[in-house]
Amino acid sequence: MLDDTTRERIQNEVDANDVLLFMKGTPVFPQCGFSAAVIQVLSHLQVKFSSVNVLEDPDIRDGIKQYSDWPTIPQLYVKGEFVGGCDIIREMYETGELKTFLEEKGLHSEPAA
Amino acid sequence: MPMDAEEIEKLIKEDFPDAIVSIEDLRGDGDHYAATIISEAFAGKTRVKQHQMVYSSLKGRMGNELHALALQTSAPNKA
Repeated sequence: MLDDTTRERIQNEVDANDVLLFMKGTPVFPQCGFSAAVIQVLSHLQVKFSSVNVLEDPDIRDGIKQYSDWPTIPQLYVKGEFVGGCDIIREMYETGELKTFLEEKGLHSEPAA
Repeated sequence: MPMDAEEIEKLIKEDFPDAIVSIEDLRGDGDHYAATIISEAFAGKTRVKQHQMVYSSLKGRMGNELHALALQTSAPNKA
Protein backbone atom coordinates (compact mmCIF):
# COMPACT_ATOMS: atom_id res chain seq x y z
CA MET A 1 0.00 0.00 0.00
CA LEU A 2 1.17 3.56 -0.67
CA ASP A 3 2.10 5.14 2.67
CA ASP A 4 1.46 8.84 3.26
CA THR A 5 5.12 9.82 3.38
CA THR A 6 5.83 8.31 -0.03
CA ARG A 7 2.62 9.75 -1.45
CA GLU A 8 3.63 13.18 -0.19
CA ARG A 9 7.15 12.86 -1.60
CA ILE A 10 5.69 11.91 -5.00
CA GLN A 11 3.13 14.71 -4.84
CA ASN A 12 5.83 17.27 -4.06
CA GLU A 13 7.98 16.12 -6.97
CA VAL A 14 5.04 16.09 -9.36
CA ASP A 15 3.90 19.57 -8.26
CA ALA A 16 7.42 21.04 -8.32
CA ASN A 17 8.26 20.07 -11.89
CA ASP A 18 6.32 21.06 -15.01
CA VAL A 19 7.54 17.99 -16.91
CA LEU A 20 8.67 15.07 -14.77
CA LEU A 21 9.71 11.60 -15.85
CA PHE A 22 9.89 8.72 -13.38
CA MET A 23 12.36 6.44 -15.10
CA LYS A 24 14.89 3.67 -14.65
CA GLY A 25 18.31 5.30 -14.71
CA THR A 26 19.08 8.88 -15.73
CA PRO A 27 18.57 10.84 -18.96
CA VAL A 28 22.28 10.41 -19.72
CA PHE A 29 22.33 6.72 -18.66
CA PRO A 30 18.83 5.24 -19.08
CA GLN A 31 18.83 1.69 -17.72
CA CYS A 32 15.83 0.45 -19.69
CA GLY A 33 14.80 0.66 -23.33
CA PHE A 34 11.37 2.03 -22.59
CA SER A 35 12.76 4.83 -20.40
CA ALA A 36 15.34 5.60 -23.09
CA ALA A 37 12.58 5.84 -25.71
CA VAL A 38 10.73 8.49 -23.72
CA ILE A 39 13.98 10.41 -23.14
CA GLN A 40 14.52 10.40 -26.90
CA VAL A 41 11.03 11.80 -27.52
CA LEU A 42 11.50 14.57 -24.96
CA SER A 43 14.91 15.43 -26.41
CA HIS A 44 13.50 15.52 -29.94
CA LEU A 45 10.86 17.96 -28.73
CA GLN A 46 13.60 19.88 -26.89
CA VAL A 47 11.39 20.13 -23.81
CA LYS A 48 12.95 20.97 -20.46
CA PHE A 49 12.18 18.11 -18.04
CA SER A 50 13.28 16.69 -14.72
CA SER A 51 13.61 13.00 -13.92
CA VAL A 52 13.52 10.70 -10.92
CA ASN A 53 15.65 7.55 -11.02
CA VAL A 54 13.37 4.96 -9.43
CA LEU A 55 16.21 2.45 -9.30
CA GLU A 56 17.72 4.54 -6.51
CA ASP A 57 14.50 4.71 -4.52
CA PRO A 58 12.49 1.47 -4.00
CA ASP A 59 9.71 3.31 -2.13
CA ILE A 60 9.15 5.62 -5.09
CA ARG A 61 9.54 2.73 -7.56
CA ASP A 62 6.57 0.90 -6.02
CA GLY A 63 4.71 3.92 -4.73
CA ILE A 64 4.47 5.59 -8.14
CA LYS A 65 2.67 2.55 -9.53
CA GLN A 66 -0.07 2.88 -6.93
CA TYR A 67 -0.08 6.68 -7.10
CA SER A 68 -1.07 6.60 -10.78
CA ASP A 69 -2.63 3.11 -10.89
CA TRP A 70 -0.11 2.29 -13.63
CA PRO A 71 1.96 -0.90 -13.29
CA THR A 72 5.12 0.03 -15.16
CA ILE A 73 7.96 2.54 -15.42
CA PRO A 74 8.57 5.01 -17.14
CA GLN A 75 5.78 7.39 -16.23
CA LEU A 76 5.54 10.94 -17.57
CA TYR A 77 3.79 13.77 -15.70
CA VAL A 78 3.08 17.20 -17.16
CA LYS A 79 1.87 19.94 -14.82
CA GLY A 80 0.86 17.35 -12.26
CA GLU A 81 -1.09 15.22 -14.72
CA PHE A 82 -0.12 11.63 -15.55
CA VAL A 83 0.23 11.54 -19.34
CA GLY A 84 1.29 7.94 -19.89
CA GLY A 85 3.99 5.33 -20.18
CA CYS A 86 6.28 4.59 -23.12
CA ASP A 87 3.58 3.34 -25.56
CA ILE A 88 1.30 6.31 -25.07
CA ILE A 89 4.10 8.89 -25.21
CA ARG A 90 5.49 7.35 -28.39
CA GLU A 91 2.00 7.19 -29.98
CA MET A 92 1.23 10.80 -29.00
CA TYR A 93 4.61 11.91 -30.35
CA GLU A 94 4.10 10.14 -33.68
CA THR A 95 0.65 11.70 -34.15
CA GLY A 96 1.91 15.18 -33.13
CA GLU A 97 -0.50 15.15 -30.18
CA LEU A 98 2.31 15.42 -27.61
CA LYS A 99 3.71 18.59 -29.14
CA THR A 100 0.25 20.20 -29.19
CA PHE A 101 -0.44 19.01 -25.65
CA LEU A 102 2.81 20.55 -24.36
CA GLU A 103 2.16 23.81 -26.18
CA GLU A 104 -1.38 23.96 -24.73
CA LYS A 105 0.22 23.61 -21.30
CA GLY A 106 2.44 26.57 -22.09
CA LEU A 107 5.51 24.39 -22.39
CA HIS A 108 6.64 25.63 -25.74
CA SER A 109 8.72 23.06 -27.60
CA GLU A 110 11.04 23.82 -30.53
CA PRO A 111 10.49 21.74 -33.66
CA ALA A 112 13.06 18.95 -33.90
CA ALA A 113 16.05 20.51 -35.69
CA MET B 1 7.24 -17.73 -14.77
CA PRO B 2 6.71 -15.84 -18.09
CA MET B 3 3.32 -15.97 -19.81
CA ASP B 4 2.22 -17.31 -23.18
CA ALA B 5 0.16 -15.40 -25.71
CA GLU B 6 -2.95 -17.58 -25.37
CA GLU B 7 -3.08 -16.94 -21.63
CA ILE B 8 -2.84 -13.18 -22.15
CA GLU B 9 -5.57 -13.28 -24.79
CA LYS B 10 -7.80 -15.41 -22.54
CA LEU B 11 -7.46 -12.97 -19.62
CA ILE B 12 -8.18 -9.95 -21.81
CA LYS B 13 -11.22 -11.60 -23.38
CA GLU B 14 -12.62 -12.39 -19.93
CA ASP B 15 -12.96 -8.65 -19.32
CA PHE B 16 -13.60 -7.68 -22.96
CA PRO B 17 -15.80 -10.45 -24.46
CA ASP B 18 -16.40 -8.44 -27.66
CA ALA B 19 -12.72 -7.63 -28.17
CA ILE B 20 -10.69 -8.39 -31.25
CA VAL B 21 -7.30 -9.23 -29.80
CA SER B 22 -4.03 -9.84 -31.64
CA ILE B 23 -0.88 -10.59 -29.68
CA GLU B 24 2.65 -10.52 -31.02
CA ASP B 25 5.56 -12.07 -29.20
CA LEU B 26 8.29 -9.47 -29.58
CA ARG B 27 11.26 -11.45 -28.33
CA GLY B 28 10.16 -15.05 -27.89
CA ASP B 29 10.98 -14.90 -24.19
CA GLY B 30 7.42 -14.90 -22.89
CA ASP B 31 8.07 -11.51 -21.34
CA HIS B 32 7.79 -8.93 -24.11
CA TYR B 33 4.58 -8.79 -26.09
CA ALA B 34 2.67 -6.28 -28.19
CA ALA B 35 -1.13 -6.45 -28.20
CA THR B 36 -3.68 -4.73 -30.42
CA ILE B 37 -7.14 -4.70 -28.85
CA ILE B 38 -10.32 -3.34 -30.41
CA SER B 39 -13.35 -3.18 -28.15
CA GLU B 40 -16.51 -1.13 -27.73
CA ALA B 41 -15.54 -0.68 -24.07
CA PHE B 42 -12.80 1.78 -25.08
CA ALA B 43 -15.15 4.19 -26.80
CA GLY B 44 -14.86 7.71 -25.38
CA LYS B 45 -12.06 6.80 -22.96
CA THR B 46 -8.60 8.36 -22.79
CA ARG B 47 -5.65 6.19 -23.80
CA VAL B 48 -4.47 6.04 -20.19
CA LYS B 49 -7.90 4.78 -19.10
CA GLN B 50 -8.03 2.24 -21.93
CA HIS B 51 -4.62 0.83 -21.02
CA GLN B 52 -5.51 0.78 -17.31
CA MET B 53 -8.58 -1.31 -18.16
CA VAL B 54 -6.38 -3.81 -20.00
CA TYR B 55 -3.86 -3.91 -17.16
CA SER B 56 -6.61 -4.66 -14.68
CA SER B 57 -7.87 -7.51 -16.88
CA LEU B 58 -4.41 -9.05 -16.50
CA LYS B 59 -5.06 -9.31 -12.76
CA GLY B 60 -1.77 -7.95 -11.48
CA ARG B 61 0.54 -9.78 -13.88
CA MET B 62 1.55 -6.60 -15.67
CA GLY B 63 4.91 -5.48 -14.40
CA ASN B 64 5.39 -8.86 -12.69
CA GLU B 65 5.29 -12.06 -14.78
CA LEU B 66 4.72 -9.84 -17.77
CA HIS B 67 7.57 -7.36 -18.12
CA ALA B 68 6.43 -5.54 -21.22
CA LEU B 69 3.15 -5.35 -23.12
CA ALA B 70 3.09 -2.70 -25.82
CA LEU B 71 -0.59 -1.79 -26.12
CA GLN B 72 -2.53 -0.44 -29.07
CA THR B 73 -6.15 0.01 -27.99
CA SER B 74 -9.11 1.48 -29.87
CA ALA B 75 -12.86 1.31 -30.18
CA PRO B 76 -14.24 -0.17 -33.38
CA ASN B 77 -14.49 2.73 -35.86
CA LYS B 78 -17.95 3.12 -37.27
CA ALA B 79 -16.92 3.28 -40.98
